[in-house]
Amino acid sequence: MMPDLGKYAFAVLGSYAVGLALLAILVIWMVLRNTAARKRLEQIEGARDGQN
Amino acid sequence: MSLWEYANPVKFLSFSGKIVPWFAAGAALFIAVGLYWGYFLTPDDYKQGSTVKIIYLHVPAALIAINAWFMMLVASLIWLIRRHHVSALAARAAAPIGIVMTLITLITGALWGQPMWGTWWAWDPRLTSFLILFLFYLGYVALWAAIDNPDTAADLTSVLCMVGSIFAVMSRYAVLFWNQGLHQGASLSLDKEKNVADVFYQPLLMSITGFVLLFVALVLIGTRTEIRIRRASALLARERG
Repeated sequence: MMPDLGKYAFAVLGSYAVGLALLAILVIWMVLRNTAARKRLEQIEGARDGQN
Repeated sequence: MSLWEYANPVKFLSFSGKIVPWFAAGAALFIAVGLYWGYFLTPDDYKQGSTVKIIYLHVPAALIAINAWFMMLVASLIWLIRRHHVSALAARAAAPIGIVMTLITLITGALWGQPMWGTWWAWDPRLTSFLILFLFYLGYVALWAAIDNPDTAADLTSVLCMVGSIFAVMSRYAVLFWNQGLHQGASLSLDKEKNVADVFYQPLLMSITGFVLLFVALVLIGTRTEIRIRRASALLARERG
């Protein structure tokens, strides 16, 4: 059941919307950056192994 | 087995790869339960009405914002004393997390403050020290990005981290130091009498646990990223040289 936030709905919903959005952006950014770094390193190491 | 073994990047990557999923799953579970419990199952506060629900985001984010800086301080000191690269990279990895947590604290604080204090912002000691902490985080990230030599960058950012620790301490204890301003005292205390009521305390504890687990998971992921970027740069430099 949805709680009745009354006159403070903007403050509460705004806090949750901004807070959760920022958390989601942080998590997604860090995971994507890690994936990109892993792929790039694998690519460089692969090319290096190919030369040797 | 010594903790220092994990200063070896290969061992760190291997070990952290195994524990990250557990921390991430724990974070998701605790945050989901804490926020659901706090938002849907707790009553309004007799003074603050439904705005008390903001506590489940505001307090955990503030706690991480301050303690992330202390984690960076410890990692920076380890770098300065023992020159372990993983330690410097862990400090670097924690900074973006600290930025986001400080931002969440400032924004949710403003949204909470407007209906309670009648203003979005006041130059209150705790609010001001938090804003300065936020600027220190930005400066820390900018300094890492501005210096090409990674060891020099690690040295200088470590010094900046030590200076910024003053503001991290102030963010935590500003209310006690000055005993003035709009912001209330700490919501959590070892003294049970000073804590928020149990009905708010239990979901808050769940949410805090979730944020701590999330912080650990993200620091590990970020450190793994920085190690890989450093390794890729070193390999490319070796090929060119």
